[in-house]
Amino acid sequence: MTDAAFQESYTTPDGRKIGDVVMEMKNISLRFGGVTAIKDISFDIREGEVRAIIGPNGAGKSSMLNVINGFYHPQEGEVWFRGEKRGPMKPYQIARQGIARTFQNIALFKGMSTLDNIMTGRLIHMNTSIASQAFWKGPAEREEIENRERVEKIIDFLEIQTIRKTPVGSLPYGLQKRVELGRALASDPSLLLLDEPMAGMNVEEKEDMSRFILDVNDEFGTTIALIEHDMGVVMDISDRVVVMDYGAKIGDGTPDEVRQDEKVIAAYLGVSHD
Amino acid sequence: MSADFLFGVEVLLNGLMAGVMYSLVALGFVLIFKASGIFNYAQGVMALFAAQTLVGIQTGLIPFSHLINAMLGTKIHHFGWNVPTFIAILITIGIMVLFAIIVEKLILKHLVNQEPIILFMATIGLAYFLEGFGDLMWGAEIKKLDVGIPQGGNLWIEESTAFLGGDDFYGFYLDTLDIYATVIAVILVASLILFSQYTKTGRALRAVADDHQAALSVGISLRTIWVIVWSIAGFVALVAGVMWGAKSGVQFSLSLIALKALPVLMLGGFTSIPGAIIGGLIIGVGEKLFEFLIGAPFLGGATENWFAYMLALVFLIFRPQGLFGEKIIERV
Repeated sequence: MTDAAFQESYTTPDGRKIGDVVMEMKNISLRFGGVTAIKDISFDIREGEVRAIIGPNGAGKSSMLNVINGFYHPQEGEVWFRGEKRGPMKPYQIARQGIARTFQNIALFKGMSTLDNIMTGRLIHMNTSIASQAFWKGPAEREEIENRERVEKIIDFLEIQTIRKTPVGSLPYGLQKRVELGRALASDPSLLLLDEPMAGMNVEEKEDMSRFILDVNDEFGTTIALIEHDMGVVMDISDRVVVMDYGAKIGDGTPDEVRQDEKVIAAYLGVSHD
Repeated sequence: MSADFLFGVEVLLNGLMAGVMYSLVALGFVLIFKASGIFNYAQGVMALFAAQTLVGIQTGLIPFSHLINAMLGTKIHHFGWNVPTFIAILITIGIMVLFAIIVEKLILKHLVNQEPIILFMATIGLAYFLEGFGDLMWGAEIKKLDVGIPQGGNLWIEESTAFLGGDDFYGFYLDTLDIYATVIAVILVASLILFSQYTKTGRALRAVADDHQAALSVGISLRTIWVIVWSIAGFVALVAGVMWGAKSGVQFSLSLIALKALPVLMLGGFTSIPGAIIGGLIIGVGEKLFEFLIGAPFLGGATENWFAYMLALVFLIFRPQGLFGEKIIERV
């Protein structure tokens, strides 16, 4: 593989800095009973890059994301985050370490407004006690205002001002995806996991979403790992790509390298077995 | 205005006040059901236990005195002091929080992701345990609960409304305790709603009620939320237990108020706080007015006992999710 080319920090052609490895997956294997979802996969994610995980349906991409954010615990392998080996942690503890995510089948709080949904993203930065919240005046109110300001910035950034008070359950699909991105962004994550951020969107919505993802990466310096099916989009926005098929890694490198890899082409287009 | 009409209004007012109390009990159920999907059968017993504990602390009873006496042959019952009501209430709140923590540690933690029926069975077990534990701790006899709220008809209201009717109308008869209970319940419900709407913990509570996975992904600890929710439910149980206990004494039948909450929940929906409130008011007013207009004159009275359940049954047929409950639609 071409990993050697990435050993040093470097600057991309469009001027973004790609730093050291923030997350490293070492020989991860995940099984559900007799079914192997992930087979001995290793890869890393570098500071500031957009890292894509692609592969056909059922390749184990979502499982991999679930391993990273702690919904699944792999039977074998190690997860290293910021130079430390991660012990058994609960998903909410991992979220508090600065890893936020979105879901393939949108998991918003449907009864709550856009604003409230995004405010939940700020929870990990809010520390006042229940007693002072019940009293409301003073520290709790100050904290609420500070965090609200941050949330308003995100709402502006994502251009969803008009739906601030709307219960998200009643929003169209594309906007829900955007609100979900907003909620993940609100926690100021250092690593953002996006599970098919453009699934089910039309071309225009996909373009909007791609722009937001690139802006997040560029303006906030957020490291992004994403799963996506639309190959065109993936090749456009990502710095490096991991390719999975039947739970195993079959390719890893820049979009150009991956595109020319025979195994990848075979997995996507099929080869004749004669 | 005719005396009959005014009497009807009095019935309506009494119905509203009873309804607020039903709402209060139902609220305890809704809070826990929303946050953890558990129908907490023990809610009524929690009210009984909270009231027992309050009386016990207030009157200086020694916990487990019967047990200690039986084992050691001593004859101790009282510490010999009385604790001021306010302090006793604070201590009781503390005990209900402790109870919430123990429930989480011993029961909920081990039953995560189990079927609702299993969680329901667990709360039935909890109910019977707590009932026995309360009796063991404070004794099973009927206790008088006095938190300093006056009882009996409110003379001031009676006198100041007497002018509304003619010579045969003496003013509205409203029990002072009921008025206090209503005011306290309204304040409690309003502050709970404000808390859940405008604080970060309230937001976390609503988030957990909506989607467990998403809540975890934004860094909310489900176990902490469950402790908070059971603590609030314990607090609501305490208020309900005090109000009903002050009226009819602290005794086993107090735990049966939970049964009165069932029709309220069917009306209002298990997942809606406004539903619990409005459902409670409808049942309270409905059963009083039905007794007044139809029950007493035509059916020989005593309709209050079954009216709520019949209303709930009718609702189940036409609107099974309740007035405000989420519609159950599943994509095929």
